[in-house]
Amino acid sequence: MSNMSAMKKRLIKTLAESISGQVELFNTAEVECLIRDYNERLGEPTSPGKGAPGLDRVKFRSILQNTFGISDDIMMDRVFRKFDKDNDSSVSTKEWIEGLSIFLRGSLDDKIKFCFRVYDLNDDTLVSMEEMYHMLKNCLPGLPTKEERDEGVKDLVEITFKKMDRDHDGRLSFSDFEQSVKEENLLLEAFGTCLPNFKRVEAFEQRVFRELQK
Amino acid sequence: MGLSLTRAAQWTTAASGVDKLAPTPMNESLLKEVLCFVEQFSSQHPQEAELVFEEPLQWSTTLVASDFKTDYDISDLDVQSPEKDNEGRPLLQLFPPTVCVRSFSQLSKLVKLADNKKMEEVQACLEGEHDDHRLKFESDLFVQLPSFPCSLLDYVFSNGCRAPPWRQVLNEICYLVIEPCDTETLYITCSTAGVFLNGQTSDVFEDIGALLKSTSPHFAQNANEQVLMQMQLSSILYSLLLSFYVLSYMHTFLHHYLRSKVHYYIFFFVCSKTPAGSVPVDTFSESSSESEEEEEQSERRPESDTDLPSEYWQIQKLVKYLKVGDQTATVLTLCAIMDFNLMQETCQLAIRDVGGLEVLINLLDTDEVQCKIGSLKILRKISHNVHIRRAIVDMGGLQSIMKNLDSPVKDLKALDAETIANVARFRRARRTVRQYGGIKKLVKLLDCVPNLANLTAEQEKDVEVARCGTLALWSCSKSTNNKEAIRKAGGVFMLGRLLKSPHENMLIPVVGTLQECASEEKYRIAIQTEGMIKDLVKNLSRDNDELQMHCANAIFKCAQDKQTRYLVRQYKGLQPLVSLLSKAHNKQLLAAATGAIWKCSISVENVTKFQEYKALETLLRLLTDQPEEVLVNVVGAVGEFAQIPDNKATIRNCGGIRSLVNLLTGTNQALLVNVTKAVGACATDMDNMIIIDKLDGVRLVWSLLKNPCADVQSSAAWALCQCIENAKDAGEMVRSLVGGLELIVNLLKSTNNEVLASICAAIAKIARNEENLAVLTDHGVVQLLTKLTNTTDDRLRRHLAEAVGHCCMWGSNRASFGDAGAVAPLVHYLKSKDKAVHKTTAMALYQLSRDPNNCITMHDRGVVKVSRCAV
Repeated sequence: MSNMSAMKKRLIKTLAESISGQVELFNTAEVECLIRDYNERLGEPTSPGKGAPGLDRVKFRSILQNTFGISDDIMMDRVFRKFDKDNDSSVSTKEWIEGLSIFLRGSLDDKIKFCFRVYDLNDDTLVSMEEMYHMLKNCLPGLPTKEERDEGVKDLVEITFKKMDRDHDGRLSFSDFEQSVKEENLLLEAFGTCLPNFKRVEAFEQRVFRELQK
Repeated sequence: MGLSLTRAAQWTTAASGVDKLAPTPMNESLLKEVLCFVEQFSSQHPQEAELVFEEPLQWSTTLVASDFKTDYDISDLDVQSPEKDNEGRPLLQLFPPTVCVRSFSQLSKLVKLADNKKMEEVQACLEGEHDDHRLKFESDLFVQLPSFPCSLLDYVFSNGCRAPPWRQVLNEICYLVIEPCDTETLYITCSTAGVFLNGQTSDVFEDIGALLKSTSPHFAQNANEQVLMQMQLSSILYSLLLSFYVLSYMHTFLHHYLRSKVHYYIFFFVCSKTPAGSVPVDTFSESSSESEEEEEQSERRPESDTDLPSEYWQIQKLVKYLKVGDQTATVLTLCAIMDFNLMQETCQLAIRDVGGLEVLINLLDTDEVQCKIGSLKILRKISHNVHIRRAIVDMGGLQSIMKNLDSPVKDLKALDAETIANVARFRRARRTVRQYGGIKKLVKLLDCVPNLANLTAEQEKDVEVARCGTLALWSCSKSTNNKEAIRKAGGVFMLGRLLKSPHENMLIPVVGTLQECASEEKYRIAIQTEGMIKDLVKNLSRDNDELQMHCANAIFKCAQDKQTRYLVRQYKGLQPLVSLLSKAHNKQLLAAATGAIWKCSISVENVTKFQEYKALETLLRLLTDQPEEVLVNVVGAVGEFAQIPDNKATIRNCGGIRSLVNLLTGTNQALLVNVTKAVGACATDMDNMIIIDKLDGVRLVWSLLKNPCADVQSSAAWALCQCIENAKDAGEMVRSLVGGLELIVNLLKSTNNEVLASICAAIAKIARNEENLAVLTDHGVVQLLTKLTNTTDDRLRRHLAEAVGHCCMWGSNRASFGDAGAVAPLVHYLKSKDKAVHKTTAMALYQLSRDPNNCITMHDRGVVKVSRCAV
């Protein structure tokens, strides 16, 4: 048993060293903590043998919702896809830590890139008005009728699109988005919450890195 | 005058540039209302009529002294009422053509005297001063609309609110009963939230007009938009002090629009204070800057709905989204609102009018940082508008804003403090900040080290938070209680540390706060002992007018202290102060710089240093064509400089004497005190005295003895002492001033010891001329001096004894002093601890002792024993 755990420890250490070489924002000790947290969350694979090992969509969504306060269906799916870089329907240790580096430590530039990729639903490097409408369609839940809700969302999309389409070419490119956010940071999560808020980040770091703080 | 009058009355600007009431029927009926109100006020409300206004009513009258009857004190052209206020100012005063009135009873009397000219007088009175501060009552006066058939309900509570205390908790102010012709009688409650029919609290209207419109079809049909706009009394009700004009005005238009078709009567009572609400009212004393504040301002409103700008409708729609949207929609909507020009009043008021303020404030109570930041980004801009700040405070928004001062998110804290800086521009808001612990929280924000060489991004944010915190404290520091609260929270040390910052945008609010607080002695001491004088002096030389002004103002206030004056010289602050005089175009800066020079020049060593930079010559050039706040300081400084003999010649050679004498004809009391002092100091030089005399300066100084201000009287009397002492033929000079000696003897009836001391000193000088002493004696100087002998004030005793001594030298005055009983108290003076008192008393007793009866009295009183002790 002690052999097993010693081996596990060594494995984690090796993996941590390799990952921290690639993810600048965490040091090796922090990466170790993150790996351990990841393994805990992973637990026993839900259906052994099937698919690549890692967090599947269901587990990932539950973490987003419970730990990071991201609960919109569209956003959860998009964030999962952006974490899952190799597109194998599961988030590996490395993918998890790379994703977290943006969540926890990302600079404004990192976050702008991340959010834009999340909002670009068909991955064509543009956010169209239709995509916006799709993401925002439930954002005015307080209006009484469906007609009013649709009308309101359409209005809000038009206002926002007009504001963010900096070069007036009728399309929202990355550069439009970047300029708009740099001017008004509040527009970073313009089309849906896809990053954890300050409190969630603080709570997560405190829990996962607590042994480092001692 | 009152807001309502400003709004209701139709002003025109006459060719002379003076605002006149236009001769319209509306104005005429308004005038009649006011006149009727004034005439009846003192008989109907005798107690209230005696209350003294905070500021007098002042206007140019056609009345002259002969119009006034014997129950006034009349001398030549001037008239005073025998009734005076606490500070000894007559409640009515006429210096033709200006008349000053300080109470309703005096106003009533005056209107009666005016007889067939009374309409003109009332009109002139209204035209005289119609700024917003004039007609404030000192206490909780409530005014009852006199021309309505009204009956007192039950009892008026001491805070002026009509509502009983248990209803005041619900923010209710008063109750009205209106009987329209076409519906049943309306029982209406006015509360801070609006106006509603009793029992129907769910339907709250913004004002009485809106309520009447919805309940009375007749009213709705007949009242046009303009009337409705003007009827927005509720906002006036709970945010303003109501003057009787509001009531007169309300009567006028109700009458106008509902004439004979509607029976109505109104029980209407007014608070002179904002209703207490749920916040405990504490006593507040405020610093001078408070007075120039925006307590009342009228609001420009569009004439009707069709005039509303398109922004209004867009903002209304967006505010709706804020109410129904999720977090993402809320942030997008906030960003959309930010794209409007939020510094424009139309947009600011639109946000308020569509209920946007409530929503923005509610967002501050949520957990969503982005929403809070967005909300504050809007609030910090629209709160530049006075109506918005009031509305925010009225709805308790300041408390919600203050909750975020503890947030761990620095951007949020900074925005929060910046918003408070804008909102806390009026007294009630500042008090709220203090009462809800805001001062402590704000002082905590200042905790940073601002002058590190390399700041990290986080440290830079800390500095920004501290800067915004200081801005908020600066606004708050205009209330005396807040100054103390800042000090108690450790703010002085923090401000001292921020004073080391290299950045002007930090230094301006820091020094701004310090100079505001330097009105308090504890701050002046702290500024000196914490080593801040050095930094203040250093920043005098930065090329930024505003910063220089605040630094100079801080030195102005602190240099009353000798050690501070020394430090300013030590740190080489005198030269930069003189350099500031070259920025003569910036009057505020010039006032601050000259103030600092004035106070620093109280130390002779500083005057010597100032002379190396030719300060006096520059100051003398500033004696003409400057605003009064500059002149007061310049003249004050010249007065100090003139204590040194060489400077007296400089003043003469630069034409300063003529400039000073010209200023003697002014009306600003602070200025007159300084001018007389400077003239007195200059008069100690014989050559100067010749010029003063030639320019008729002595007569001008003498006539200032008639000034109602005690400080001016005494300062003028001291100056006269110097003039008489140094004039060539002083006796002839004094005699040439007709009525002068009578005037001076009469001032021995003053109740102010400084005035009495100065007048005694002047009498001692005058009495050296026998002829003049004879005239003084005829005017009863012996009896009047004797009456004062029981004083315990050593300064007065000294000059009184001197006057007695000199007045002995005419006729039977020695015996008269004895008969009047002056001797015994004078003997007692020898027990005083003041050597100067002994000296003049000894001289007086020597003179008195030449009358044998007096010797007996002295002996009885043990003069020998006492003088031994005194020696």
